[in-house]
Amino acid sequence: MSGDLHIVLTWHDWIDLFAHYMVLSLMSVGGAIATTGEMHRYLVEQHGWLTQQQFTDAIAIAQAAPGPNVLFVALIGWTVGLNAGSYLAAVLGVIVTMVGIMLPSSVIVLLAASWGQRNRELRAVRAFKQGMAPLVIGMLISTGIVLGGANRDPANEWPLYIVSVLAAVILWRTRIHLLWLLGAGALVGALGWL
Amino acid sequence: MTQPPAPPPGSVPHPRPRSRRDLFVAFTLLALQGFGGVLPVVQREMVERRRWMTQEDFVEEWAVAQTMPGPNVVNLSIVIGNRYFGVSGALAALAGMLLVPSLVVLALATVYAQFSDNPRVAGALRGMGAVTAGMIAATGIKLAATLTRHPLPLPVTATLAGLAIVALAALRLPMPGVLAVVGGIGCVLTWRRLTP
Repeated sequence: MSGDLHIVLTWHDWIDLFAHYMVLSLMSVGGAIATTGEMHRYLVEQHGWLTQQQFTDAIAIAQAAPGPNVLFVALIGWTVGLNAGSYLAAVLGVIVTMVGIMLPSSVIVLLAASWGQRNRELRAVRAFKQGMAPLVIGMLISTGIVLGGANRDPANEWPLYIVSVLAAVILWRTRIHLLWLLGAGALVGALGWL
Repeated sequence: MTQPPAPPPGSVPHPRPRSRRDLFVAFTLLALQGFGGVLPVVQREMVERRRWMTQEDFVEEWAVAQTMPGPNVVNLSIVIGNRYFGVSGALAALAGMLLVPSLVVLALATVYAQFSDNPRVAGALRGMGAVTAGMIAATGIKLAATLTRHPLPLPVTATLAGLAIVALAALRLPMPGVLAVVGGIGCVLTWRRLTP
C-alpha cells in the first residue's frame, strides 16, 4: 500500500467518519462487503481520504488474510490514518471504523439472539429459524458459485474451476484439515498452473 | 450473568465451552484458519470437531446471523457466544473473532508492498481463492443433509434451496429481496406445519 496521499483530518472529520460507519453498519444486511460501493463513494470520491489503489488493495489483502472479511474495514481505517500522517492516527482510524461498523449491528444481533433464546419454544421463532434453512443452504452454495466464477474468463481460467470443484468434493467427502486444502491451492497457484 | 442459559434443547448431551476464555480461544483459533472465508471453519470447528452444536443448531443460528445487519460470520460468533454465556459470552466470541486477526491483517498489509508484484504470490492467492470458493459451496452441501429432518417435505425444501441458488448465482438478484421472498415462503410454510 503506497502512502502517496497526504491529508489533514480534523476532529470533525473523525466524528463524521465514525457516524458514517455507524450508518453503514445498519445498512449491512448481507455482510459488510455489501456496503463497499457506498464506502468507496464516501472515502475515495467524496472526501479523497484514500486513493483508488489503496481502497482495492485493502479489500484484496483482507480477503487473502486469515480472519473475517470485515477486517478490510480495519485496513481502510489504518490506511486513512497513515495518509493523515502518523501511526497514532492509523490506530485511531482502526478504532473509529471498526467500532463504527460493528457497534450498531452487534447490539441489534445481541438483542435479537437473546430474545430468540428466551422465546425459542414460540411457534413463530421455530418457524423463522427452521423456515429460513432452505434459503440459508441455497445462499451458501450460491456464494461458492459466485466466488468461484466472479469476474473470470471461462475459456482461459478453467483450471481455477477445477480447483474449486475438487476442493468442494474433498471437503464434502473427507475430514481433511482445511489448511491442507488451502496450502495445496496456494502451491498449485505459486507453481504457475492457475 | 452468573447463571448461564440452559443448554439448547436436544436429547443427546453435547460438549459445551467451559468458560468465556474457552470461547475466546476457540474463536481466535478458528478465525486465524479462515483464509478468504471463516464460515466453513466455524462449521467444521463448532459442529464436527468441538461438537458444541448440531448441524440443525448451526443452520438455525446462521439464519439469525444472516438476516440481521452486520458481517454475517461475526454475527454468528455473537449468537453462539450469547447462547452459552449471555452478553459476556457474546463479547468473548466477538473479541476472539476480531482482536488477533486484525493485528495479523495489519501486519500482512505492512509487508504486502514488497511482494505485490511477485507473480508467485499472486498465483498463490488465486489458488487459495479458488479453494475458498469450493469450501463455502461444500459447507452448503454438507448442511443440506439437515433438510431430510426438516418439518417440511424434502421436495419442498429442495425446491426453495434451488430457487435461492438460481436467483442469487444465475440471475444475480439482490440479496435482501431473495431473503424476503424465498425466506418468507419457507417461514410461512414451516409455520403452518408446526404444531402450535
